[in-house]
This record gives sequence, structure tokens and C-alpha cells, in this order.
Amino acid sequence: MDKTWNNKAWFLVLPVLVLVAFSAVIPLMTVVNYSVQDTFGNNVFFWAGTEWFEELLHSDRFWEAMVRNLIFSFIILAIEVPLGIFIALNMPKKGWGVPVCLVLMALPLLIPWNVVGTIWQVFGRNDIGLLGYYINALGIDYNYVQDPFDAWVTVIIMDVWHWTSLVVLLCYAGLVSIPDAFYQAAKIDGASRWAVFRYIQLPKMQRVLLIAVLLRFMDSFMIYTEPFVVTGGGPGNSTTFLSIDLVKTALGQFDLGPAAAMSLVYFLIILLLSWVFYTVMTNYDAER
Amino acid sequence: MARIDVNHIRHSYLPNPQKDSDFALKEVHHIFEDGGAYALLGPSGCGKTTLLNIISGLLYPSHGRLLFNGRDVTRLSTQERNIAQVFQFPVIYDTMTVYDNLAFPLRNRRVPEADIDRKVRETLDMIDLASMAKKKARGLTADQKQKISLGRGLVRSDVNAILFDEPLTVIDPHMKWVLRSQLKQLHRRFGYTMVYVTHDQTEALTFADRVVVMYDGEIVQIGTPAELFERPRHTFVGYFIGSPGMNVLPVALEGKTAMLGAQRIELPGVPKAGAGTVELGIRPEYVRLGREGMTVQVSKVEDVGRHKVVRANLEGREIAAVIGEDDEVPAEPKVRFDPAGINIYADSWRVEMGA
Repeated sequence: MDKTWNNKAWFLVLPVLVLVAFSAVIPLMTVVNYSVQDTFGNNVFFWAGTEWFEELLHSDRFWEAMVRNLIFSFIILAIEVPLGIFIALNMPKKGWGVPVCLVLMALPLLIPWNVVGTIWQVFGRNDIGLLGYYINALGIDYNYVQDPFDAWVTVIIMDVWHWTSLVVLLCYAGLVSIPDAFYQAAKIDGASRWAVFRYIQLPKMQRVLLIAVLLRFMDSFMIYTEPFVVTGGGPGNSTTFLSIDLVKTALGQFDLGPAAAMSLVYFLIILLLSWVFYTVMTNYDAER
Repeated sequence: MARIDVNHIRHSYLPNPQKDSDFALKEVHHIFEDGGAYALLGPSGCGKTTLLNIISGLLYPSHGRLLFNGRDVTRLSTQERNIAQVFQFPVIYDTMTVYDNLAFPLRNRRVPEADIDRKVRETLDMIDLASMAKKKARGLTADQKQKISLGRGLVRSDVNAILFDEPLTVIDPHMKWVLRSQLKQLHRRFGYTMVYVTHDQTEALTFADRVVVMYDGEIVQIGTPAELFERPRHTFVGYFIGSPGMNVLPVALEGKTAMLGAQRIELPGVPKAGAGTVELGIRPEYVRLGREGMTVQVSKVEDVGRHKVVRANLEGREIAAVIGEDDEVPAEPKVRFDPAGINIYADSWRVEMGA
């Protein structure tokens, strides 16, 4: 069969291509460009080939930041997803409580990242911070500036405080879309509370949960502002996540080549992991 | 199976009902006999779903009592009442297979797995889904899903009643007939007490032995399909049942004669009507169109396939008449009312006619 060729269609696609080129492809290409060159300033560049990539993949500092970041993402997902579901299940479905809860839930999401960081930076200080001072007053030695464990706890609680709402709101949207008849039928079938959750609510929330997990994973894997404001990546390097490390390399030391190589690797990792998440969760969905 | 006794039940969705109009159910007092197939018929908002939900225990009535086989169940929960209900939209547990869907109510009641298997297989045969047992329920068509909802009720051998809340709303027309006749068969074979809520008169009349017609929170008539058709107790039943509905014309009574404007209509007897508005009701099927009788102006003839509906003007009132598919409207059309089809209403309620 002869295909119909109509090259006019290209004119229709062109505006989008141009837009994407300027907003994404060209900036990305400059990064690719930097990643294979070396410079000593004055805008003089030398060809470096894959040198920066090799160096990066053999750098302990990079792998340590990566492992830290993976652990961080895993912990906050393990806390925020179950907690978010739990809160969504217990939110009122009608009446005056609905708008109250929704506004309360949305509040943390409306606060800018660096403000969240500042809030917790002050909140947790053991000299003037409301939280830090009283924890110490209770006899618990808490100091996120010096103790890596305390720093982690602070950063994780801050993230849970900031982002659990997102999971809650997504799950809540899934829950309110379940018609009453399902709950009535479950009553008639004599289903327990757990069975209602397992066979009615969870299946209906599955799609929004997929979105929640993806968003939270990507965001937490790219986290920068809040830990940077609170701990600055310290004490030592204990809360230096990938993007903090990247900024230190690119702007702190002005090593454009290594920073560009790192950006690309970082980008590919996020792309890969998101794809894996998505595929696993949608396949699971299709199988059933 | 059980006899369901709805004893002076009133229900309001408001916290402090005062007036009659605050009640969604004004007062319902009726006995659903054991093993009967009932239809609750009425327009949207007449309280039929409210009544159904009170029977199933999804709602507790504001006043009155509900008895199953003489036992007071008014305050019992849905589980304890042991009823089955099929909803307007198919409710299935879509992560489970068809088999597991049917086993679910039994597993929740901790029935031994061997008994479950036997019951589920029986039920699958009853609802004609045996070949689908291993399939995921979410992949089925709407009518199959609706059969699963029904099956989840049938699988419990001891259900007191099976309630249907407009179960065929989302089903394709040709499957409606199939499902409805399967329901009738199940009813004949197993003698379940069935209560079927619908606003579709065809569904009600074909499904039920007795049709309960509701209007504005009250039961206006209970009867067999034939009774509802021949002797509507309330003008509403006349309008609502039949297609087109009954012609209702304001008349003045003079003994055995009804005066419709200048026209005199002979009645089969003397109506026992007191003061108030008097109306004459006659179904289009009993209006004879021909060359003698009262002169009418024909405005429209609708051919509906099996017969024709003639819309005409009689003494300034719209009336409808049904004529045969091959009949023609005469050049100077006149109508006569067949005395067998005449009902007289005083203040909307039917009155008897003496000799």
C-alpha cells in the first residue's frame, strides 16, 4: 500500500519543535558540550573526551552522595506514602471539616522551599529554636549542626512535614471518587474494615498512588534547597545529596566539565529510575 | 426468605422534621409477603430508594418499625439483617476474579472453604457465568458485572430478601430483557422475596406480581399490573402507567351522566363522589375514534409501530386515543368513551360507581 506523504505536516509541528529546542534541547547540549571539554578560564576550551565521566564514576564522593540520596528517598517514601494514605482515610468526606482539612493540608505545599528550610533551621536550633531547645530541655542530646544522625532526622522530618500533604491530597482525591454504593455493598457483604481498604479503597487509589510515588521519588532525589538551608550538606558531608554536591562542584569550585558530566549522569539516573518505577507499577496493574 | 413488614414507617433526612413536606417518606405501611416479587414504581424523588435503603438497613427510619418474619429489625445493622442488594451501578471488587467476588461475602462470614466452593459453583451456574469463574471481574461487560452483584446475594443461602435499586439502568436494551427474564426464572425456581425499585413501568410490570406505586413519599396504589392499568386508584397512577398515560378531564356530575363542557357522557353507574374537583379518567385504549360521538379536532397522529396514537382536542382539552396500525382517521372525527374504561376521580382519588 502506498503511504500518503504530506510534508506540510512538518509546519504544524515546527512551533513545538522550536519551543522544545530552545527550552530543553539547546541548554542540554551546552551541558553535553561542557562535559567533554576542559577549561582554564578566559573562554579557552580543550577537548577532554570522556575524561570527566571516567573520573566521576571512579569518584567516591559521587557514589557516597548517590547512596545517601537513595537512602533518603527510600526513607521518605516509606514514611510519606503510608502516612499519607492513613491521613487521607481519616479525613472527613463531607461537612465543614472538608474545606478545613484541605486548607490545612495544602498549607505546607504553598510555602517556598527555602522558607521551609529556614523555618526548620530556626525551629531545630538548640539555643533559640522551639523544637531544639525543648528536646534538649527534656534531656535528649539533640544538635543537628554537629551530630549527623540528628541532621538526618531533622531533614527527614522536614521533608515529611513539607510533602506528606501531597500524598494525602492525591489519595483523598482517589478516595472521594469511590461511589457510596461500594461501601454499602461491602456492608451487605459483611466486609471488615481491612477488607474494605484492601479490596475497594486501595485498588481505587492505585493510579494516584503511582503518581504520588513518582513525584515524591523524583523530587526527593533532586532535593537541594531545604537541606542546603538547614545543614548546608553537613555536618561534614553527611547530608550532602547529589544536587548539593553538584552545586558545590559547579559553582563552588567552578569545575564546569566535571559538573556537566555529573549533571548528565544525574539526569540519566532519574530518567532510568522513574522509568523503572512506572513500568513496574503499570505492569503490575495490567497483570491483575 | 422472609415476610417483610413495613410498619407505619416515616423518614426524613432533616434533623427536626415538622411539616409533612419535611418527610421523604410520609407514611408507609405495607407487608411484603414471603416469596413475593414486588416492584416499587414511581418517579425520581418519590421516596422509593429511601424505602429500599430502610429495608436493607443502610438508613434507619425516623419513625415506625420494620419486621422480618415478625421479628423487629428496625435498629439492626445491614449485616445482621442478612439481605442482598443490587445497586444501580454494578458494584464489583475489580481486583478479584469472578469466583472470588462471589466467595467474598461467604469468606467474610468465615464459612468453611469447602462449603464456599460448593455454593459459589452453584451460584455461578444460576447466573450463567460458570465459564468466567477464573476471569478478572473488571474485564466483564456491564450486564455480567450486574449479575455478579446479584450473585453475591444469591450465594448466601439464608438471605431474607433480595433488593434491587434500578439495576438495569446501565444495561443495554437487548440485555435488559434477558436479565429480567433470568431474574423472573430465579424467582420462580427459588422463591426469593424480591423488591425491585424502578421508574420504568415496563420493567415494573414485567418483573413483579404486585406493583407498589409511590408518589411524593406515599404509596398510592398496590396491585397487579392489570389492576393498575384498568382501575388506577389515583390520577397519578393513571398518568404514570401506560403510554400514553390516562386522559384526565374535569367534569361535572349529573347522576349517571358526566358533563364535559357541552358534551354529555353516559357513565356505567352513579359515582359516589362528594364535593370537590371531579375528574373523568379514560385510557387512550378505551377512546373509540369513529364517525359518531363527540366532535374532536385531530392535531397529530403518531405512528409508534404496533399502533397509532391520535392527539386531539375535545372541548378545549388535549386527549389521546389509540387506534390500530391500519386504521385511518375519519374525515370528520368523533370520539366515544367505552364505559368499561371510565373511572371517576374526586380530588384525584378514584370513587366507586353504584348501579
